[in-house]
Amino acid sequence: MEQLCIAGKTYGSRLLVGTGKYKDFDETRAAIDASGAEIVTLAIRRVNIGQDPSQPNLLNAIPPSKFTLLPNTAGCYSADDAVRTLRLARELLDGHKLVKLEVLGDPNTLFPNVIETLKAAETLVKDGFDVMVYTSDDPIIAKQLEEIGCCAIMPLASLIGSGMGILNPWNLRLIIEQSKVPVLVDAGVGTASDAAIAMELGCDGVLMNTAIAHAKNPVLMASAMKKAVEAGRDAFLAGRMPRKLYSADPSSPMSGLIGK
Amino acid sequence: MITLTINGQPREFSQPLAVSELLTLLELTGKRLAVECNGEIVPRSGFDCRLLQHGDNLEIVVAVGGG
Repeated sequence: MEQLCIAGKTYGSRLLVGTGKYKDFDETRAAIDASGAEIVTLAIRRVNIGQDPSQPNLLNAIPPSKFTLLPNTAGCYSADDAVRTLRLARELLDGHKLVKLEVLGDPNTLFPNVIETLKAAETLVKDGFDVMVYTSDDPIIAKQLEEIGCCAIMPLASLIGSGMGILNPWNLRLIIEQSKVPVLVDAGVGTASDAAIAMELGCDGVLMNTAIAHAKNPVLMASAMKKAVEAGRDAFLAGRMPRKLYSADPSSPMSGLIGK
Repeated sequence: MITLTINGQPREFSQPLAVSELLTLLELTGKRLAVECNGEIVPRSGFDCRLLQHGDNLEIVVAVGGG
């Protein structure tokens, strides 16, 4: 089977999913199972001191023995905070190196601050992390992040949690064509056709959270996304027919028609 | 008395204590967590011997759902 390779490890699924915004851990796990995802993101947050110690733990719902966990830096607005968060994640996950870096620049749009992202990426790569990096769809920044040594470039399709789909397929294509590391659309996918379009453009994978978690039926949407990513990938590999502007081409034979 | 800042909140303790003793007092023993003291990671192997001093700034974190 044709596989996705990130930082030397291969994966059968090209769909990566988040674990935020679900009703409970049972729903989280059911959606992840339906998605077929092998790489699953999580966030790092201060422990709630004084909470009931028997409260369920995310790591029981998505055990590191079964999934490749991808700790993120969501909510970090500086390179320093992002680096500290991922060092804590590495300690928490017993030396785990694969991480998702995102440094935000604005609380309303959650648009990435690419200057701080570049700084953090440099520090993390030097520190031995395998960095999958969330960034804008700017091909120049994407190239610089690759040159720093990031193991995957993850441009947004549209704003985080917006469900607006792929707003700039041209920029995504530029990034895909220039990159020697996997390119994954991260953020903005709203429904299955968005994921299929991302894959048809030639993306190596898609990372999503809200599109599944905030669907009316998250488990069913997770299953739809799995099929969309697979269908989009197959369509990309198959190579689509050329678009013919203002001209038709009949599918049935022109000869042998009756009454001629 | 010593004061430690834990996850942004000041807390007082009668004397310097090890990280593992602090986790016991906070009822966090056995939880899967990571600890940073003054910006540096405290490895799990150092929880028993790392003595916390007045003014230390601690972050204690866990994994939560996120995208």
